[in-house]
Amino acid sequence: MTKSALQPTLDVSAVRGDFPILGKPLAEGQPLIYLDNGATTQKPQCVIDKVTECYENYNANVHRGVHTLGDQVTTELENARETVQNLLNAAAVEEIIFTAGTTAAINLVAHGWGRKFLSAGDEILVNLMEHHANLVPWQQAAAATGATLRYLPLTPDGRLDLTRLDEVLTEKTKLVAVTGMSNVLGTINPIDELARRAHAVGAVILVDGAQSVPHQPVDVQASDIDFLAFSGHKIYGPTGIGVLYGKAALLDSMDPFLGGGNMIRYVYEDRFEPADLPAKFEAGTLPIAQAIALGTAIDYVTDLGFEAIAAQEHQLTVRAQERLAEIPGLRIYGPAPEHKGSIVSFAVEGLHSHDMGELLDRKGVEIRVGHHCTMPLHDWLQVSSTSRASFAFYNTLEEVDALAEAILYARKVFRLA
Amino acid sequence: MSDDLYQEHILDHFESPYHKGPLENPTCMHRDKNPICGDEIQLALKVDESGKVQEAWFDGHGCAISQAAASMLVEEIEGKTLEELRDFDAQQMLDLLKVQLTATRQKCGLLGFKVLKTMVYSLDGTPAEN
Repeated sequence: MTKSALQPTLDVSAVRGDFPILGKPLAEGQPLIYLDNGATTQKPQCVIDKVTECYENYNANVHRGVHTLGDQVTTELENARETVQNLLNAAAVEEIIFTAGTTAAINLVAHGWGRKFLSAGDEILVNLMEHHANLVPWQQAAAATGATLRYLPLTPDGRLDLTRLDEVLTEKTKLVAVTGMSNVLGTINPIDELARRAHAVGAVILVDGAQSVPHQPVDVQASDIDFLAFSGHKIYGPTGIGVLYGKAALLDSMDPFLGGGNMIRYVYEDRFEPADLPAKFEAGTLPIAQAIALGTAIDYVTDLGFEAIAAQEHQLTVRAQERLAEIPGLRIYGPAPEHKGSIVSFAVEGLHSHDMGELLDRKGVEIRVGHHCTMPLHDWLQVSSTSRASFAFYNTLEEVDALAEAILYARKVFRLA
Repeated sequence: MSDDLYQEHILDHFESPYHKGPLENPTCMHRDKNPICGDEIQLALKVDESGKVQEAWFDGHGCAISQAAASMLVEEIEGKTLEELRDFDAQQMLDLLKVQLTATRQKCGLLGFKVLKTMVYSLDGTPAEN
């Protein structure tokens, strides 16, 4: 599929109408230009309505009561689980674990799998573009088990350097932890190949899908992914809900992470037997309304279609790279648009990202500034912080132009132009 | 108090800071970071026998607010005694900046101040952690 050949089939202005917040001006009257979708996406009315529907019509705990509401809410929740299963093309619905988010999902694996199966001499393969959520849990697991972290080097433009893979992926490697899409560079990683190479040395692969799952189709069976984590709030759903996909055999072999209600088959005075999947990893009361509304968000996105979404977002990314490249003193971090998703991170000489964020906000342009939870990456880039514009399908080319104009304005305030 | 953050005096201090750089043989030195944004400030003082600050220098990197505030701070504290620095409070630091800071940006504006307070209090007994 050549991206440039795709014609966007989204009616962007109609789609924008689905998101109530996009029509609301900011405090000082400027229209909202929301370009911080990598941090969290806005919510369509159908998702907001679904949360309300849960609380107004069938609020009860799941998998517990035998009463009408309990049945109804359990059915809704399990429908949402099936929606997630279909999104990922998982083989079985039990392979879908609801968590608090991507971070919680990765920590679940780092504890339930890492603490059990890693030992001294083993290696975990990571790389510098990983979010702290896919680094720190592995540093902790390594410290607890005696395993060590290895880093796959990056190319100068911020892609994984696969020519160096053989040096760091060996029979010592037990796990490859990699992001589907970098939250700073936007780099889309070759997950199919990494999975194949990981399996060839007997390692398992965990994919941090926080940035990739909302923007491109995923098929965990075709890609042979062992674990995949993503967050609801970055795919137009509520906060507080996320997903861990794991192959059933792996999940079965793991220890439970959190202990408590729902995750047990039987509890004795001195021990317990864990429940079957997925309950084994769902201790305590789930974020129920959030999980149900996540199903609604996924339905919304799949109805729009990932091809149309990708085409629109690619067009925005290309325009942003073109417009930003014209700005004096501005440097874009990350590969060319054909290798990345809809994220453009940049720094302007003489203008710290915090000041950039503040000045862009005056023009209604909302971006993320700082290190974006990737300190080792920023050390490698030799920059203390960057500014990041991240686009969603509801953004427009006019908004990209407004971003460029706002950066020029910020340069003017800082007497750089 | 102005609500426009990027006043001339802030930008002037950011572009042409007062005493930014290393200080040879300091009496005391301390450095801290805002872990959220990575802004970093180091303060170094030369204090004479009477406890008066003869020279104050800062170093670091970060946004215009954190850097301009540190520049204003070292300019302000030269000639003051350690006793006076102990009494120097956050409001006085914010008054120096003369602009209204949101809660988030106060962390930037007060980073140098926080370094100063940690350094001065650690002089009171326990050695400074550098």
